[in-house]
Amino acid sequence: MSTERNLYTISVYTENNIGLLNRISAIFQRRHINIESLNISPSEIEGVSKFTIVVSMTEEHVKKIIGQIEKQVEVIKAYYHDDHDTIYQISGLFKIKSELLFEEPQIQNIIKESNARIVTVNTLFFVLEKSGKQEEVVALYNQLNVFGIMQYTRSGRVAITKEEMKISTLLEPYNH
Amino acid sequence: METQTLTKNKITTQKTERISGSEAIVKCLIEEGVKIIYGYPGGAIMPVYDELYKYQDKIHHVLTRHEQGATHSAQGFARISGKVGVAIATSGPGATNLITGIADAQIDSTPMVCITGQVPSHLLGSDAFQETDIVGISTPVTKWNCQVTKAADIPEALAKAFYIAKSGRPGPVLVDITKDAQFEEFDFSYNKCSKIRSYNPIPKTKEGSIEAAAKLINAAKKPFIIWGQGIILSKAEAQFKALVEKSGIPAAWTILGASALPTSHPLNVGMLGMHGNYAPNKLTNECDVLIAIGMRFDDRVTGKLDEYATQAKVIHFEIDPAEVDKNVKTDVAVLGDAKATLEAILPLIDKNSHKEWHQQFKDLYKIEYDKVIKGDLHPTKEGLTMGEVIKEINIQSKGDAAIVTDVGQHQMIACRYAEFNKTKSNITSGGLGTMGFGLPAAIGAKMATPEREVVSISGDGGYQMTIQELGTIFQQKAAVKIVVLNNDFLGMVRQWQQLFFDKRYASTEMVNPNFVAIAEGYYIKAKKVTKREELAAAVAEMMASKEAYFLEVCVEKEGNVFPMVPSGASVSDIRLE
Repeated sequence: MSTERNLYTISVYTENNIGLLNRISAIFQRRHINIESLNISPSEIEGVSKFTIVVSMTEEHVKKIIGQIEKQVEVIKAYYHDDHDTIYQISGLFKIKSELLFEEPQIQNIIKESNARIVTVNTLFFVLEKSGKQEEVVALYNQLNVFGIMQYTRSGRVAITKEEMKISTLLEPYNH
Repeated sequence: METQTLTKNKITTQKTERISGSEAIVKCLIEEGVKIIYGYPGGAIMPVYDELYKYQDKIHHVLTRHEQGATHSAQGFARISGKVGVAIATSGPGATNLITGIADAQIDSTPMVCITGQVPSHLLGSDAFQETDIVGISTPVTKWNCQVTKAADIPEALAKAFYIAKSGRPGPVLVDITKDAQFEEFDFSYNKCSKIRSYNPIPKTKEGSIEAAAKLINAAKKPFIIWGQGIILSKAEAQFKALVEKSGIPAAWTILGASALPTSHPLNVGMLGMHGNYAPNKLTNECDVLIAIGMRFDDRVTGKLDEYATQAKVIHFEIDPAEVDKNVKTDVAVLGDAKATLEAILPLIDKNSHKEWHQQFKDLYKIEYDKVIKGDLHPTKEGLTMGEVIKEINIQSKGDAAIVTDVGQHQMIACRYAEFNKTKSNITSGGLGTMGFGLPAAIGAKMATPEREVVSISGDGGYQMTIQELGTIFQQKAAVKIVVLNNDFLGMVRQWQQLFFDKRYASTEMVNPNFVAIAEGYYIKAKKVTKREELAAAVAEMMASKEAYFLEVCVEKEGNVFPMVPSGASVSDIRLE
C-alpha cells in the first residue's frame, strides 16, 4: 500500500440528520487532518445525503479514516478513491467590473478560450462561471486577476466514481 | 385510545395514551426494563423528576452527589450486570458534568444512556440560563446522540438510544430533551428498536476466515492468545474457556478482559501491558501466532508498535471493523461477535497441550516471582505494600468479590494480584484512566448485584476526586466496602518522576485529611491500619460488615509498581526493577 500522501476523494452516504456533519468533521479534527474541500448534497437515493470530502493523506491513513466514518451510526457507507477513479468538477464564480469588458478586449478572448460562462451582466459588473478541474479554475483566476477581480469564490469538489457504489443494494432490505 | 399512522401508504393502528413528554420518558425507561437510574435534578429536567416521583415504585432514582458520580455509577452498574446503565441530569453544568463519564464509557465500550434536560426549544442558541450545546460537546465521545424538541419524537429517540448503546460494540449515547418537549402532551406508544438501516452492529464474518484462522492456530508451534473485554461483552466466557482448554494455548488478558477466565486457570498466564506480567509481555515477541480476541491493541498493551509481535502471524477476532489493522496488521481478521465466532472455530481446532511452550511462561513467571511478586505479596521490610492488602482481600473473599478500582498504582497492583473466580469481577477505568471512577462505580456495581461482595479500592488521590459519593453510599445504604491505599502521594506520577524526572516530585505529595473522620461524618463505619499485624483482622472486620465499611491502609510512601514497560519502549524491554 502506498505510503505517499495523495489526494483522495472520500464519498460518504448518510442519513440526513442534524449533527452528522459535526460528527464526521470531528473524526478529521481529532486526527489533525485538514479537509481540502467538503460538499454535502442529496444523492441518487431519496433521503440519503452524500458527503464529498477531499483530503491529502496516505492510503493507509485514509483506510483507517473510512473505518472511523463507517462506524458512525448514521453513516450508511463510505468509500475512498483517487483522482484516476473519479470524474470530478469544481465550480468558480468571478465578479468583474463591466467596464473592463470594453477597456480590456483580451478579457473576451480569455472568456471564450476558457469555456467560462457569463451568468449575468449589468452596468456595474458581470459574473463569470467556470466549471472544471481545480487547475482550470485557478488558471482562469490567474489570468483575470491581472485585470482585477471584485469577488472570487469556488466550490468544493463534486465527484462521481467510475466504479459502482452499491448503496441501493445495501438499503434494499429496508425498503418496505 | 388508538392512533393511526400513515407510512409509505400503509396505515398502522396502535394503542396509545395521551401523556406528557416527561411521563413518556419514564415510561420508555420502564419499557426498556430499567429499574435503577443515577442522576441529579435541576431546572430543565424537573418535569421528568416530577414523573419519577410518581413512578418511584417502578424506577429507583439514585441521587448522586455530582453528575460525574451518576455516570460512573451507571458504568459500574452496566459493567457488572451487562445491562444498560442510565444517568440523568439537567442542562448546562449538569450536562457538562456527565462528559468525563461518557468519555470513559466510550473508550471502554460501556453501554450507557444519558438523558439531559435542555432549555425550551424557543431559547436554543440564545445563551439562555443553563444552556449549553451538549449535543455538540458530547459528539466526539458518544456512540450516538441527538436532541429532541417535540414530545412525539421521544419514544423513537429513546428506543434507538437503548438499541445503539447495547448492540454491537456497546457505548454511551446521549439524548438531550428540551423542557417544552417534556411538558408537551402527545399520543404515546412504545416500540423497541431492533434495526437501523445505516447501522450494522455485528459485521458479517468473511467467508473462509474462520478456516484460515483455525489452520494457522493448528499449525502453530508457539501460539499465544491475548483477550480483552470483548469476551465479557459478548458473554463468550464458556466458548472462550473451551477454546483455551482444547487448544492448550496460554492466554493473557488486558485489564478490561480480566476475570473472563478465572485467575487460577492453569492456562491463564496473566496480565498484558505496561504493568502486566513478565512472561506474557516478553513472549509476545516470541510467539509464532498471536490470537487476539475482543481486544484493541491499546498502546498500554503493545508498547512500541514497530517492535510488537513482528515475528508472529496475527489473528484478530473483532466486532468493530475499524479496529482491524488500526494498530497492528493482521494476517487473518475474524469479524463478528466473539461468542459466535469462537463457537464456530472450536470444532476446527486440534487438541493440543503445547507443554514446552507453556514451560517458557512458567520459567519467566519464576523470575518475576523472585524479583517482584515475592516482595509485593510477602514483604519482610517495614511498611505495608499494596500487594499484601490485595492478597489479604483475596484470602478473605476467596476470590469471589468484585473489585472496583480507581486509577494509578493501586489499580495496577489490584489488577495484577486480585484473584477472580467469576466473570465481570474487575471494574476499572482502563482506556480513559479516570481518577475518581472507583467509588461511584462501586455504588452502581453494588446496587446492580446486591448479592455480590463489592470492594472499592482507591488511592488517596483518586478517592478525593469523588469522595462526596460517600453521601450516596450512606443515603442508599449501599454496602460497598471501601479501601483506600494511602501513600500520601499521587503514586503513579511520583513513580514516573522518580524514574524519568530525577525524583523531582512536582505536586505529587498530598497532605491528606483524616479519612476515617470523613467516612464517620457520613455515618460509615471506618478504620485505619498502619501496621502489618493489624491488616488481617481489619480486612476480616470489613468483610464481615453487613453495611458499608471504610478501611484506610497506610502503605509505604514510595513503593513502585513493577514490572514496567516504559512508555514508548518495546514489550521485550520490560523492566523488573
